Amino acid sequence: MIRERDNQNPLYLGVDVGSVSTNLVLLDERGEVREAHYLRTQGRPLEMIQKGLADLARRYRDEQIGGVGATGSARTLASVILGADVVKNEITTHAVAAGQLVPGVRTILEIGGQDSKLILLRDGVVSDFAMNTVCAAGTGSFLDQQAARLQLPIEEFGGLAERADHPVRIAGRCSVFAESDMIHKQQMGHALPDIIAGLCEALVRNFLNNLGKGKALEGPIVFQGGVAANAGMKRAFEKALGHPVVVPEHHKVMGAVGAALLARETVQRAGGLTRFKGFAMASEDVRAGSWECGDCPNLCEVIEIVESERPIARWGDRCGKWENSLAAIQTERAAEALAELH
Amino acid sequence: MKVTFPHMGNMGIVVKALLEELDLEVVPPPPITKRTLSLGVRYAPESACLPLKLNIGNFIEAAERGADTVIMAGGIGPCRFGYYNQVQREILTDMGIDLRMVVLEPPDNHIGELLNRVKILTGAHSWWRVIKAIRLAFVKCQALDDLERQASRLRCREFNRGDVDRVYQWGCEAIDKADSVKTIQRCRDDYLSRMAALPLDHTGRPVRIGIVGEIFTVLEPYSNGFMEKSLGRLGVEVSRSLYLSEWVNEHLFKGLLPVKGHRHTRKLATPYLSCGVGGHGQESVGGAIEYAQEGFDGVIQVGPLTCMPEIVAQSVLPRVEKDYDIPILTIYVDEQTGEAGLMTRLEAFVDMLERRKHRKEQAAR
Ligand code: SF4
Repeated sequence: MIRERDNQNPLYLGVDVGSVSTNLVLLDERGEVREAHYLRTQGRPLEMIQKGLADLARRYRDEQIGGVGATGSARTLASVILGADVVKNEITTHAVAAGQLVPGVRTILEIGGQDSKLILLRDGVVSDFAMNTVCAAGTGSFLDQQAARLQLPIEEFGGLAERADHPVRIAGRCSVFAESDMIHKQQMGHALPDIIAGLCEALVRNFLNNLGKGKALEGPIVFQGGVAANAGMKRAFEKALGHPVVVPEHHKVMGAVGAALLARETVQRAGGLTRFKGFAMASEDVRAGSWECGDCPNLCEVIEIVESERPIARWGDRCGKWENSLAAIQTERAAEALAELH
Repeated sequence: MKVTFPHMGNMGIVVKALLEELDLEVVPPPPITKRTLSLGVRYAPESACLPLKLNIGNFIEAAERGADTVIMAGGIGPCRFGYYNQVQREILTDMGIDLRMVVLEPPDNHIGELLNRVKILTGAHSWWRVIKAIRLAFVKCQALDDLERQASRLRCREFNRGDVDRVYQWGCEAIDKADSVKTIQRCRDDYLSRMAALPLDHTGRPVRIGIVGEIFTVLEPYSNGFMEKSLGRLGVEVSRSLYLSEWVNEHLFKGLLPVKGHRHTRKLATPYLSCGVGGHGQESVGGAIEYAQEGFDGVIQVGPLTCMPEIVAQSVLPRVEKDYDIPILTIYVDEQTGEAGLMTRLEAFVDMLERRKHRKEQAAR
């Protein structure tokens, strides 16, 4: 379905569905953030997308949406449900958003719940990036865990770190060692602010060692992702890099912002038409199912999205047979040509 | 004697042809699946690299089907692979699996050494038969490489997802069945033209990426998360610095056959890496330079996690990146490599190259 937008004041919907959070933003034509919703994914991405959409549906009409962009690890799912005009990976969307909000940015530090990224830009184009998806010691959930163990609300964490006189050095290569080392330092009687500041510095060291190896990190430097709210982490980065670090206002939803910006670009290029399916999708009966295909040794995990008993998308198959079985692009000419060949 | 071997891309077809020509009973391991990997992970040391784990999985699955002898290549130089066959023997013995290992090591000075090792398997066959068998297998190897090269080039142009791979698959099956040099070559030509006759889009100018790195992870699609296929579907024309026939020629035949070698590649690497560091470290560096010189848009280096030669190569690649102005992405794989994370990095890399290319083209105008 392709619909025409209300050309007066189109808004662009950006959706970032990750393993920890599901974020939705609405941007206006100038790129200003009008709405920013931050939901916990809690292992139910489909429900959360619909919930976020329902929240927006109360105040906006279908015609106001000029374009939709999806990103995050569940971007394909989001794009199928919403009818996205563009689907992009998190690195591209984060870079696009940072470039818009902080003109001239050359380095992006990003720490989310489950992963972290380092993105370098030259003249507004990504020139290099690194992504960490395996080391838990460099991510937000590790900070959360430690805050919980110290019985501190995560919001107070950063403030306390700022009061440190002598941050203690904590082994930060691996979350298991970091934790036991921290317990040890506590037992030795170090002050809590010093320990927390030390923890932030360990995280930063871990980040820079894992992702920054051999790369020149030049300013302006932007720090984004959920962990950027933590003043202790910002300070630790500044100390390690010897350079001021900017935390943009919408640092938590940068992926969604980038997706919305890319949607604006795509729709403008396509002459102003969007594939947005409408807010009604918030209450549609949509389900996701999956099965293991046994037709060849690949044993692909095929995912299928069903809307009101009708399959609307399939992916995960390497051979394309399940995906193609739905695709309308299978022209007759192509089918004939293939039949002839075999 | 029931002979098996580890998988590495299309090598299975080639080895099978060789052994069957010598009247040996061959029991190929089933294709690599999740089960293969989980068997390997269970019985191999945790710190061993992915190729060893997949090899172990292959041997266990082949033994289940009755294999009693393994034939595999050995390695030389400062790479762990050189002693993996001993490690593998120990692991299998501990498991109570009795497999005889025949290791084909690169000859130290004369091709006769290799032939002598092959002779362990061939028994009473005349040299003439042995050489004929090797020739047939090698022609298959080259034909498969040709199909693979074309598939990597055309995948990004297919209108229907999967078309190129389907024809490629049929081609491999046909070559597997072919039993003379003539039929192999006919199959090759036939399927090359079938692939070219598919509905293809020749209007775009796709981004071009060259893949360099450690041989197993470059050649075996399962080990690299089917990277070439994924890149093709992202609209990328892919080239690989290493094909099986080249490796066989250099490694086992000391470069005797008329196949493109890597001497030039290694020479290009010397300003950055002046000596061999085992595995394909030097070739990775030289390969990246070759791709830059050929005007490729980017390079992906792939290797098993903890692979020493590739780590050495990686440490000098930032200089190549800068000197030749070509982005290089390094990807290490092991059993924990998540497919989603891998896809994200590939997508981001392709995006980055596309934007760069676009910008360069605009600047040139
Ligand atoms: S979906 Fe295709 S590639 Fe995957 S297991 Fe089934 S037949 Fe094989």
